[in-house]
Amino acid sequence: MDVGIVGYGVYIPRYRIRVEEIAKVWGDDPERIKHGLLVEEKSVPGPDEDTATIAVEAARNAVKRAGINPQEIGAIYVGSESHPYAVKPTATIVAEAIDATPHLTAADYEFACKAGTAGIQTCMGAVEAGMIKYGMAIGADTAQGAPGDPLEYTAAAGGGAFIIGKNGGKTIATIEGTYSYTTDTPDFWRRDMRPYPKHGGRFTGKPAYFKHVLSAAHGLLRELELTPQDFAYAVFHQPNGKFPLQVAEELGFSNEQVMPGLLTPKVGNTYSGSSMIGLAAALDQAKPGDRILVVSYGSGAGSDAFSIVARDAIEAKRDAAKTVAEYINNKAYIDYSTYAKFKRMLVR
Amino acid sequence: MAVPRFWREIPSRYNLIGSRCGNCNKVMFPPRHICPHCRRIGKLEPYKLKPRGKVVSYAITHVAANGFEDQVPYVLAIVELEDGPRLTTQITDCDPAEVKIGDEVEIVFRRMGEEGEDGVLYYGYKGKLVKP
Repeated sequence: MDVGIVGYGVYIPRYRIRVEEIAKVWGDDPERIKHGLLVEEKSVPGPDEDTATIAVEAARNAVKRAGINPQEIGAIYVGSESHPYAVKPTATIVAEAIDATPHLTAADYEFACKAGTAGIQTCMGAVEAGMIKYGMAIGADTAQGAPGDPLEYTAAAGGGAFIIGKNGGKTIATIEGTYSYTTDTPDFWRRDMRPYPKHGGRFTGKPAYFKHVLSAAHGLLRELELTPQDFAYAVFHQPNGKFPLQVAEELGFSNEQVMPGLLTPKVGNTYSGSSMIGLAAALDQAKPGDRILVVSYGSGAGSDAFSIVARDAIEAKRDAAKTVAEYINNKAYIDYSTYAKFKRMLVR
Repeated sequence: MAVPRFWREIPSRYNLIGSRCGNCNKVMFPPRHICPHCRRIGKLEPYKLKPRGKVVSYAITHVAANGFEDQVPYVLAIVELEDGPRLTTQITDCDPAEVKIGDEVEIVFRRMGEEGEDGVLYYGYKGKLVKP
């Protein structure tokens, strides 16, 4: 495979709500939640933000890092489970807002939390086949969690964008390989026209998240003949802080490999943005030659695993756009009533 | 707003496309068809403005325009862009007390409004303070 990442960018909204603030409303013990989910606070989209605005800001950051003419982008795929329209692509809004129109193909993807990495695979295929010069894959969400549902503590907002192209001087990281594992597993879903998802509680763990993430990771390591010791960083989909640490331990990765890309404690679960922002956080720190394992997970269910090696160009391009840490540290706390208004749970 | 009118304005609302006169080099926003300085000898061409500027003046809005009721109090500012033109825009993601004249602003992409529950969504530019 001769493809790599030419540029990447993220966006995380400024507003945060603390676990304590949500627990106070529902009579939960905040310490138990924080310990159980390993989440302290989560990002909240402002009243004028949605998946399209988040995707655009992430995409603009990716173009800045890539340093390419956006007219050379031949495909844009936006993965999300909170597209602003049911019919009318988010990808066209992004394409227009980064000046990539009109000579390109574009589409919206949906696969719970892994639609963004599915977009990366599509771009890899199209670049490798010579159909396009560059492809952009975005994972972005303003995640939904029903009031009072445990999901409310983690369902957050954010997104990551990656520009894929042939390996060359502009490539900041090479994608060595990808491996997917997919089954029909109804662990989490949202029916048409319903505002909030439903989930199978504990059923989302062993037969869902763990089975798919482990299978995709094992498949990739086997195919590339690599072991956990070959990686500097490991990024797993992070619905909470606990699952990725457990799955890392089971695979033989240390906390040191996982922590740089583990953002749930400070940001929450950005759904389609989750593993994309985690990968960006690892790239923000990676030195040339460092190998990164990324394994996404989408309920329903499936996992995409990637092995990525940072290259020399990463050092020069890193500062061309805001890093994950800059977005995490620029924050303003809101209370539950403001949160309810922003999320349109309170309407006058 | 009618859908075609919004659609026509997408280049300037999304990407700050204004115009520059090839004769006097002045930059204008929103785009014009005729250069007000050079008149018939002006040569206007599309020009993409840099998304940075400074707050020239601002007002804190307590009585909102339609569709902005849930955002009061919010800041409406005149921002002078680095390329010269001034535009009126909301300063988003801030406590109104944070905004000061002279503050540096970056232009960001935000949802501007919607045509009811089943109508089209409008996107465009807003200002955001550069300081954290």
